[in-house]
Amino acid sequence: MREIDAALITQTVARLCIEANRFLPEDVACALHQAEREEPFQPAKDLLELLGGNEKIARETQMPICQDTGMAIVFAEVGQDVHINGDFEEAVHAGVHRGYVDGLLRKSVVGDPLRRVNTGDNTPAIIHTRLVPGDQIRLTVAPKGFGSENMSRLKMLTPAQGVEGVKEFVLETVELAGANPCPPMVLGIGIGGDFERVAQMAKEALMLPLGEHNADPYYAALEEELLAMVNATGIGPQGLGGKTTCLGLRIVAGATHIAGLPVAVNVSCHVTRHKTAVL
Amino acid sequence: MRHLTAPLTEADVLSMHAGEHVLLSGTVYTARDAAHLRMMECIAQGKPLPFDLEGQVIYYAGPTPTPEGKPVGSIGPTTSTRMDASTPTLLAHGLRGMIGKGQRSENVMRAMQEHPAVYFAAVGGAAALMAACVTSCEVIAWDDLGPESVKRLTLQELPLVVAADAYGKDAFTLGQAEYLNTIK
Repeated sequence: MREIDAALITQTVARLCIEANRFLPEDVACALHQAEREEPFQPAKDLLELLGGNEKIARETQMPICQDTGMAIVFAEVGQDVHINGDFEEAVHAGVHRGYVDGLLRKSVVGDPLRRVNTGDNTPAIIHTRLVPGDQIRLTVAPKGFGSENMSRLKMLTPAQGVEGVKEFVLETVELAGANPCPPMVLGIGIGGDFERVAQMAKEALMLPLGEHNADPYYAALEEELLAMVNATGIGPQGLGGKTTCLGLRIVAGATHIAGLPVAVNVSCHVTRHKTAVL
Repeated sequence: MRHLTAPLTEADVLSMHAGEHVLLSGTVYTARDAAHLRMMECIAQGKPLPFDLEGQVIYYAGPTPTPEGKPVGSIGPTTSTRMDASTPTLLAHGLRGMIGKGQRSENVMRAMQEHPAVYFAAVGGAAALMAACVTSCEVIAWDDLGPESVKRLTLQELPLVVAADAYGKDAFTLGQAEYLNTIK
């Protein structure tokens, strides 16, 4: 049994909140710069150049890339041979508090959805914990902005609607989102599971590296096909027209019930942030 | 590139067309979801607003906290459509410009023709870059709203696109059609 202090978890989460908000993951930055080179429509190319410039300024000046520094989504994979000294969830929330206060990140969380008073420190975090073999803790902080989150959708399709139904739903979601989620977007697609699991799979898909594909050739082909469909809409950067509507699209699929075909599209933007540490 | 200074005159607004790129300097005010609700309450109750709307431009933005030695933190636009419900009322009270991101409702587009106004799109997500175009930032109302308080900003050449003009045209529809034409 390995001992890990809750204080170390707090310290790590705080650091991840700050770093995730200042430095774009390499794969996302890479996709952005590649899109800038390949965009054929000049006004769109100019906008992508501004976005590339912004990413560089944020990195160099230690400023948040986007003013919406998000709600802190924390994925924790806790090794079953770890003993945590202290309260795990409290430690994560304390890390978010420290990261958002010390890192001068925006406090964008209200404590109650209807009475809407800002909690002042961006807590609470949304925590997804999995128990895994081993004696380590793997922590990923993914600050999620709501301009794009608001454009996300979930639908319980019927098995008969099949893959065509999934394609239609993804395209419909992108068209409804239009210019709102700060395109170029990144799309996380969940297919299967049940009502709440499919949404989580879509979020997990947003953490997967862009420029790589699903290990299953069937889903790898579907990722490519959906991406091409989305980029044929012409929505373009900021919705002002162009080829680059989406920088990358990943799918997470999983077992489901004989009666169902849940699908979820988690919409994200060109500032798709996540940072991981292993304790 | 065309330079404009806020507050805007009616002549300024009538001379702008969807799709045009401009650099905006001068004074604008931040207000987003919560501040819009409070402004609507003020209007309903006949109370004064935090600033006189006549000719003014509202930037739908909530910046990150200001770092030491800088005028403002990262400051990009939020999604404008969430403010659509209040916008026609504010336009009727003299508001002449808005800065945000994304499309507006038909009601807003109509109100912008009735009370000539312009809607600018800032580059969503380019918040660190845009901070360099803000030379001062001062909270003028509703400090309790934190990032959603009303702030007076001085802009220095903020790059914007005229996303919707006073003639009912919008740059999203135009831009998308123009691009799709190039690949036909």
